[in-house]
Amino acid sequence: MNPLELTGVIKRRDGFTLGPLDLVVPRGYVMGFVGANGAGKTTTIKIALGLVHADEGSVRLVGHDRVGVVHDQPAYVGKWTAAQVGRAVAPFHPAWDPERFRALLDWAGIEPTRQVKELSRGMGMKLQLAVALSHAAELLILDEPTSGLDPLARSELLEMLADFMTDERHSVLFSTHITSDLEKIADYVTVIERGRVVASTTRDELVDSYRLVRGAASELDADLRPLVHGLREHGVGWQGLMATEDTVSLGRRAVAEVPTLEEIVVHLAKEPRHA
Amino acid sequence: MQIDIVVSKTSGLPIYEQIKAQLKAAILLGHIAEGEALPSIRGLARDLQVSIITTTRAYSDLAAEGLVTNVPGKGSYVLPRNAELVRERVLREIEEHFAEAVTQARLVDLSAAELHAVLDAALTPSTEQEQS
Repeated sequence: MNPLELTGVIKRRDGFTLGPLDLVVPRGYVMGFVGANGAGKTTTIKIALGLVHADEGSVRLVGHDRVGVVHDQPAYVGKWTAAQVGRAVAPFHPAWDPERFRALLDWAGIEPTRQVKELSRGMGMKLQLAVALSHAAELLILDEPTSGLDPLARSELLEMLADFMTDERHSVLFSTHITSDLEKIADYVTVIERGRVVASTTRDELVDSYRLVRGAASELDADLRPLVHGLREHGVGWQGLMATEDTVSLGRRAVAEVPTLEEIVVHLAKEPRHA
Repeated sequence: MQIDIVVSKTSGLPIYEQIKAQLKAAILLGHIAEGEALPSIRGLARDLQVSIITTTRAYSDLAAEGLVTNVPGKGSYVLPRNAELVRERVLREIEEHFAEAVTQARLVDLSAAELHAVLDAALTPSTEQEQS
């Protein structure tokens, strides 16, 4: 059974509607969750965790004691020490392993007596990860865990995740706007824009379904224009993202290249707002 | 058993193809013996810092070619090799590559003699490599 399935979820807020949105995190794989800030990533995660109630749709999540969550900053009381954090969360998790928690704090270089508010960004991330991994979580939900992290801490996180994923019962939902984090580890990617899922497929298929196109101004006609996402016209030509199947209609001077995840997200986000 | 897999992330060749080609070579050269286990799909994904789907694809391609068997929950094992069959298959691949080379050669009007020279040149360094 998949650890998380959102079906037809809708959440209306002033001036913003999330959904209708489907999101499935397949068991045994890493699902990247990307989109610009304000696209609805955090709201979706809050709905998944039951922190926000959806107006419509259904949410299926494995038992809460099987879910580990890492936010960009720890949600613990600032005055608590790392050891107190462990004691505070233990009662909620039948599988809590204090030995493993101590070992993970040691790995993270966090003294048990250090207070949460004294921790650097990287340490705060590692503390949350230590908690998640100490209660035998099967699903890790990461909400922008790498924002504000230095490259070394980011790479350590990715290594920890790769280790976590060697168990085929484990899954990860990795929300980020730093798409390079996903280039290595994500099996699947869901792209969300203005509250809607634009694409949700394997990373390779996603990347293969788009081309970054540069072309000559003279070849950009009225038929082509609506096919180009995030069109940027400049003095000597144009650039934009196109569905791979649409590139057959391109003029001879155009070049079509395989985009990065980041280029896909950026160009989709630049789309004019639908009225 | 020590097998090395080195992938390039910028070569343009899909990573699963690179993994598959190197494992295949290791199997055909006998570096991994019949019945021996390949590295686990998930362990390999972690070690090479690639997605699990990528390594899974390489392993299922190897299974489709009859070189390994993937036992769910257990691992992947090198199948006993039917020497005749392997030879046939490799021969067919060589023929395909030669056909492709001839197609390319025609594009630039390469003569048969020049094409033979290219083959001779290709043969020379590979023998040196094996000696080193």
